[in-house]
Amino acid sequence: MIGAIAIGLAAGIVAGLLGVGGGVLFVPGLVILLGLDQHQAEATSLLAIVPVAIVGTYTQDRYGHVRRADALLLGVLSLAGAAAGVVLANALSGAILRDAFAVLMMLVAAQLVRRALSEQRLENPGADGLD
Amino acid sequence: MYVVADAPGSRSLKLMAIGTLAGLFSGLFGVGGGTVIVPLLILWLGYEERSATATSLAAIIFIAAFGAGVQGLYGNVNVLDAVLIGVPAVGGVVIGTWLQQRLRTRSISLLFAAVLVASAIELIVR
Repeated sequence: MIGAIAIGLAAGIVAGLLGVGGGVLFVPGLVILLGLDQHQAEATSLLAIVPVAIVGTYTQDRYGHVRRADALLLGVLSLAGAAAGVVLANALSGAILRDAFAVLMMLVAAQLVRRALSEQRLENPGADGLD
Repeated sequence: MYVVADAPGSRSLKLMAIGTLAGLFSGLFGVGGGTVIVPLLILWLGYEERSATATSLAAIIFIAAFGAGVQGLYGNVNVLDAVLIGVPAVGGVVIGTWLQQRLRTRSISLLFAAVLVASAIELIVR
């Protein structure tokens, strides 16, 4: 139980800090620390994302950043895809799904590194190694 | 960078394509789908980053809730664990957003990337 709370808190802090969604941490946390299988972890992660997304949306909407019509259209138009994705996930074995998820995590890591390095260049334009 | 002026129909088509892709991705991996939605809103619809992230979060409410419902039909959802991680995560997001205004996030990004790679390796060798 304490493990689950710790995963949630850590994933939330990282999500708020870096803008990377909670799911990419919820899933491995549930598998590695709580021993869920990959399918259970993905399903549980989806449910856990809901309150985070609701609160995040409420906060952003107060600043006027949410384009409501587009969000609604996106949300509704994504439902068929979401159902297909879940069916596909359940058709795959846990081992394949877990390896695919690991690849996804590496891609997110690469994206973070790239973004961090480009921020560095913006903050410090002279530090390109040319001097 | 340029933004093409669209006919309204093509805009809806783009939203539909983004939604379908994000839904598939989210359902398959159990994540929100922001990894797909945010860059596509920026590239295809000319969103700036902040509104892309905000609009993506709102869409994710629908995607994740529906995906969780379908997963529930397979009996995969562990509701207690979802509440135990989801509720503290809300508090975590508030803390993270507060910290973001006060910290330089570059080294944290790099550290987190390292954690992701280590966890990915752990998943593969498991």
